[in-house]
Amino acid sequence: MLEFLSQPWPWYVSGAVIALVMAILLFFGKSFGFSSNLRVICSACGAGKHVKFFDFDWRAQTWNLLFLVGAILGGFIASEFLSNGEAVQISQATIQDLSALGVSAPEGMQPEEIFSLEAAFTLKGFLILLLGGFAIGFGSRYAGGCTSGHAISGLSNLQLPSLIAVIGFFIGGLITTFVLLPLIF
Amino acid sequence: MKGLKFILAGILFGIVMSKSEAISWFRIQEMFRFQSFHMYGLMGTALTLGIITTYVIKKYKLRDYQGNPIIFTPKEMSVPRYLIGGIIFGLGWALTGACPGPMFVNIGLQYWAILIAVVGAIAGTYLYGAIKDRLPH
Repeated sequence: MLEFLSQPWPWYVSGAVIALVMAILLFFGKSFGFSSNLRVICSACGAGKHVKFFDFDWRAQTWNLLFLVGAILGGFIASEFLSNGEAVQISQATIQDLSALGVSAPEGMQPEEIFSLEAAFTLKGFLILLLGGFAIGFGSRYAGGCTSGHAISGLSNLQLPSLIAVIGFFIGGLITTFVLLPLIF
Repeated sequence: MKGLKFILAGILFGIVMSKSEAISWFRIQEMFRFQSFHMYGLMGTALTLGIITTYVIKKYKLRDYQGNPIIFTPKEMSVPRYLIGGIIFGLGWALTGACPGPMFVNIGLQYWAILIAVVGAIAGTYLYGAIKDRLPH
């Protein structure tokens, strides 16, 4: 069983478990949307004193912060106890495209060129992560949700706004992949 | 402890994000290059089951564990908001290979560099809140 769990899970198992997480949260009376936590964190840090958008009762969202803590723990458990340490098995075509950019084939879950501490503390590496994160935070709040809130919860409820947001996610992602990454690397 | 169930749900989420490899920059690149079915199958499965779950909850007016009706709030319609916001999100998603959930899951995997992206995401959220009224919605 542990051996089975330690392999990368097939997409249909993973997809089903993600739907299960959404259903569990609905049964707990909550809705699945991870990026709300970023707003809650701003508010909990006192941003509500200066900016009206953060002036709300963030304590009512404590459940989502606990979910966030769980997500970190889940990542720790998966990597420490449920991992066979194999590299991500991405397609050969992607490996070739990335190697043309100067990103070497996977040795773990993340590329050394971005996620090693050496890379992160070069100016380029630091800016990739900081600006990437900035766009994620700004964009998800502007769009009123991220992948969990729109692509899973919103689309499950057949919301047209969520479909527009997801189309936007893809337009942005394609711009980065085919325009920005070749310029950066 | 009342909050424990949310921590447990989060743990399940963190594990599935890791084991599905959806937290991997490589998998996100593979998706945006349309070179594998993996991420599409993952989202397609989650979505199909999500649509069925939502439909069943509405049809049978199911209640949560405290007996309150499960309510889905419709999102307000707007094109610029979702499209522009979505595009900005997508730019960052493909750059860091992480969306907000996986960003935190990566902390658990001890990819400490992701903390820079987390700081960026909090700053981005703050800026949105500060200039929200001046943006098209």
